[in-house]
Amino acid sequence: MPFSHAGKTVFYMKQHGDDSLIQVEDLSKAFSRGSDTLQVLQQISLSAEPGELIAIIGPSGCGKSTFFNILAGLISPDGGSISLNSKKVPHLRGRMAYMQQKDLLLPWRSTLDNAILGMEIQGEGKRLAREQARDLLKTFGLEGFGDRYPQELSGGMRQRVALMRTILCKKDILLLDEPFGALDAITRSIMQKWLLKVWGQFEPSILLVTHDVDEALILADRIYVMTSRPASIKGSLQMELQRPRKITETEMVNCKEYLLELLEEELTVPEP
Amino acid sequence: MKARLLNTALPAALLGILGLSWEASVHFFEIPSYILPGPWEIVQVMWQRMDLLAAHGVVTLIEIGLGFLVALVVGLSLAVLIHASRIIERSFLPLIISSQTIPVFAIAPLLILWFGYGIGSKVVMTAIIVFFPIVINTVEGLKAADPDTLALLQILEASPGQVFFKVRVPQSLPFVFSGIKIGVAVSVIGAVIGEWVGAREGLGYLMIHANAQLQVDLVFASIFWLSILGMGLYGIVVVVERLLVPWRHGGSNK
Repeated sequence: MPFSHAGKTVFYMKQHGDDSLIQVEDLSKAFSRGSDTLQVLQQISLSAEPGELIAIIGPSGCGKSTFFNILAGLISPDGGSISLNSKKVPHLRGRMAYMQQKDLLLPWRSTLDNAILGMEIQGEGKRLAREQARDLLKTFGLEGFGDRYPQELSGGMRQRVALMRTILCKKDILLLDEPFGALDAITRSIMQKWLLKVWGQFEPSILLVTHDVDEALILADRIYVMTSRPASIKGSLQMELQRPRKITETEMVNCKEYLLELLEEELTVPEP
Repeated sequence: MKARLLNTALPAALLGILGLSWEASVHFFEIPSYILPGPWEIVQVMWQRMDLLAAHGVVTLIEIGLGFLVALVVGLSLAVLIHASRIIERSFLPLIISSQTIPVFAIAPLLILWFGYGIGSKVVMTAIIVFFPIVINTVEGLKAADPDTLALLQILEASPGQVFFKVRVPQSLPFVFSGIKIGVAVSVIGAVIGEWVGAREGLGYLMIHANAQLQVDLVFASIFWLSILGMGLYGIVVVVERLLVPWRHGGSNK
């Protein structure tokens, strides 16, 4: 069995021992605007082991980004807890690097200088940082573009620079929030291969938010499905298929059907 | 390349046509040169009185240059303070904006009274005029940083100083330069007004003096020089901008 679930909408919770790196429990968040309160997250629980690639999929606007912003410490939760190596922490900042759909490259910095932004802020010398980044240009398919400005690069290249910046922060946890969402289908599939390559080389733990079921299936060790707002975890799927995976393989098709079923129950759009 | 050539050729051609019609009208209507000299006569005077014009031109240029530097230092520092503190912003910004309703002409005699006939009053006058667009644009520029970029810096645990120098300052540079360009374009006005109201040297002084003696050709020669000064300064700013803000012009960071 490529996935372990017992039924359709059951909560699947693999029992994690001390080996889990991140443990999120009952995370909740509501935003109030005037007298209205909008419950965005309702008791989200999930966990990730070291080196694991976790994908989180859910309907658009369900609060995935809010979840990441809490993990990143940009907003604080109303309730619940985050643990790192079984120790409670307010957020993961300091241990994680964050990459978003927007590449957020600084237009006045060249490829190299954008890539070393994180290192520079952490106090590494510019020259040393540049040297390290230069050695990595090839890995990220940016050879010969080290001195170019972002506006001279294609969308895929810009996103690779952003990925490089994220990796060069040298954190063992990466939060990727729809990192390839703005790219066209072909570029996206190439970028997924880049991500797998980079993941294999640097072995970080990755939390990846996506609305693209195929992307989750191709990349993840485990897939969590979120409900629509207020978001909670609807179910999860353990992926034990060998990589590289093809979306057309029978088992992948089965997995996809299962995930789509879960997601469709969450859609508010009326049937045609 | 062709578009670039046209950008130079078209205004040059228009200038040539205007100059020729001016020259033709002066001859055709037999306008005496103490009322309106033709451009050729003015160019001749510019050549013949080169020493005189250069001597006064240098004075005006120094006034503009110093006034501009004062405005730049005061303007940028004030903009940073306004950006740093809400209290300073709330107390200073309305006053700075409403101060612009006072015509500089009106306070020129006072400035002469306070800072003397020499270069000081003209420097202050220029600074007052140039300072405003620099402050306003720099404040805008410092505010312009993208919130997502700021969040990224926050996640990277950047200090406020790092955020300021690595994001806000470079982000604001294009704004600062639009302020400087406006300032440079009007900077000549400040120096000339100062010289009109009371001075012993400078192109503005020369104009008033020549006008009184019906040397209209010399008045025009001074005006031409003032305009050349203004354009030259503008050109310098454009070059400096290209050096400091290269990412805006598609250049590589070599």
